[in-house]
Amino acid sequence: MITLLYDGSFDGLLTAVFEVFEYRYKDVEIFNRERFHQENIFAEIHEVITQNDKAERVLSKLEQNIGKSGINQLLKVFLSEDPESEQIILSAIKQSIQHPVENILQNYADNDILKISKICKSVDRERHRMTAFVRFEKMQDGVFFAKIDPDFNVIPLIRKHFKDRYQDQKWMIYDLRRNYGILYDLENCDFFYPDEKLNLDQYQQKFHEEEAQYQKLWQRYFTKTNIVERKNLKLHIQHVPRRYWKYLTEKS
Amino acid sequence: MNFDRLKEKLEILADAAKYDVSCSSSGGTRKNKKGALGDSSISGICHTYTEDGRCVSLLKVLLTNHCIYDCAYCVSRSSNDIKRAAFTVEEVVDLTINFYRRNYIEGLFLSSGIFKNADTTMERLVRVAKKLRLEENFNGYIHLKSIPGASDELMQEAALYADRLSINLEIPTESGLKLLAPEKNRADMISPMRYIQNGISLYNDEKKIFRNVPKFAPAGQSTQMIVGATNENDLQIIKVADHFYKNFNLKRVYYSGYVPVLEDKRLPSLTTEVPMLRENRLYQSDWLMRFYGFKAEEILDPNIPFLDLEIDPKLSWALRNLNQFPINLQTADYRMILRIPGIGVKTAKKIVHARRFQVLNIDHLKKLGAAVNRAKYFIDFDAGNMYLRYLTDKNFRKLLIGGSSSKFQNQFSQQLTLF
Repeated sequence: MITLLYDGSFDGLLTAVFEVFEYRYKDVEIFNRERFHQENIFAEIHEVITQNDKAERVLSKLEQNIGKSGINQLLKVFLSEDPESEQIILSAIKQSIQHPVENILQNYADNDILKISKICKSVDRERHRMTAFVRFEKMQDGVFFAKIDPDFNVIPLIRKHFKDRYQDQKWMIYDLRRNYGILYDLENCDFFYPDEKLNLDQYQQKFHEEEAQYQKLWQRYFTKTNIVERKNLKLHIQHVPRRYWKYLTEKS
Repeated sequence: MNFDRLKEKLEILADAAKYDVSCSSSGGTRKNKKGALGDSSISGICHTYTEDGRCVSLLKVLLTNHCIYDCAYCVSRSSNDIKRAAFTVEEVVDLTINFYRRNYIEGLFLSSGIFKNADTTMERLVRVAKKLRLEENFNGYIHLKSIPGASDELMQEAALYADRLSINLEIPTESGLKLLAPEKNRADMISPMRYIQNGISLYNDEKKIFRNVPKFAPAGQSTQMIVGATNENDLQIIKVADHFYKNFNLKRVYYSGYVPVLEDKRLPSLTTEVPMLRENRLYQSDWLMRFYGFKAEEILDPNIPFLDLEIDPKLSWALRNLNQFPINLQTADYRMILRIPGIGVKTAKKIVHARRFQVLNIDHLKKLGAAVNRAKYFIDFDAGNMYLRYLTDKNFRKLLIGGSSSKFQNQFSQQLTLF
């Protein structure tokens, strides 16, 4: 058994996959270096140094075989942070190299492929919910700020959505769990990685003066648009699971 | 901005608009312009859900709940003694923009009581949409309620600024409408709908020749019918829906189980349960017509004019057409796979893809997401299927009901459970 350790980036993972083929490794496992705890002291460790040209070659081969949408699916598996994600991605790429003509991602009867389809479904759902449940709050400096804490690392998947939508206001979305975010300053829309967690003490005191009023209006609207005679909390919670309530102005 | 007064108006006018079912923001194709606000996606986004479980995608309000009409089923009817209010155009625009900027909504759904007459009311609705588009550079979703009897000129303008237009048919039958809304008539409802329909087809023709034709009601038209306020049957409702899908190219027909809110001898009593299960079955039938290739005549016929409340309409169709089964998963075409109870559009597509790679068995089917407890009785696998012997069983229906209780059964019953 050979253990490949990579730096935790998608390019790093693709470099590792490249090297599996390059060195003709048979029995391998791939791990994010930061999450790896060595258990078997006799295991052979192979340190992967991320190389963009190797990652590129894997990508272009994949694009021929499974298309851009296929690559996108593998990226979603990667962003799911599923403990098995590296193994599944390696399996899919191996299958795709073996059967270059077919889109192997449609072979739902294969266990690894089915897992990919399931993980993609979960990640897509979370991505979609983040486009829905993000709540911006207007700050004194005019920036619309939102904090999120999603189960999967979906920020790269929602960037374009918000970029297309809000072009005439400055905004920020910050992932509390992963300590990074996206920032739009009326010109550029880029990721930012603060050295320390953002200090959100006395957060509400930094609100724009009209913010509290619109929050109240929204809360009243939410209450009034409900039909009491049709109350159905089970359905409500099915649509808005409790773990999202912390994002929602109407739920606070 | 006087927030207290605004809040009071919002409470009254959101409360009065809540019985309108349509809140979807789908079908919008308006893309953001550089440096402007808002973008519509084809699938729409539900931003939250009310405690009754309905989606909130748009700011759904009335411009005013003053109304000259006295329709028996409507809370805003003129004889009802309630608080009245009216938004100014600026107030609706301000709420829409500020809610949109905070990502609470996809846009605006603006309806109104009729004050004075149809054109005055319609003109005011159009003014809101126009201000949002032209002054605020807003590219989010706008759904305007067309006012029955509004003039062609106003409908033309409405379609230029709104994404979707709708007129509520309210009562599925004309006799029912006469009884509950004597001042309204079908012809006044149809004519603005017809105008928009013609406009859309003209737009589609011009679009083929010219590149820069202004958008004309790009998300189409929809309507809604109240179910259970009069004694129409499900066959009548489905036929009306089918007629409007075919002859008016409607995007959606909504069904709204009547919520008894008013005491009136022409209406069901205030203690009547909201017909939630019936409404749910109607939506299931609607899906069968729009996505599963079923014809209205296949779902119900004059001998059985009501939908089965115990089982879903597709299963009900299957039981009446056992001669079409079993269906071979490996060879049947997509259209027939869609007709297997327990298999939806997504699963059907996966089956058609996956069977190219290998012969499918019942375990695969389960993993692909089919409701196997229903589907297993209707499918012929290459390896054989022991459940097929039940197909000819006299008690097949009972067996099916016993084996799959509807997940809605308890949810839609207002009977309190003791424990």
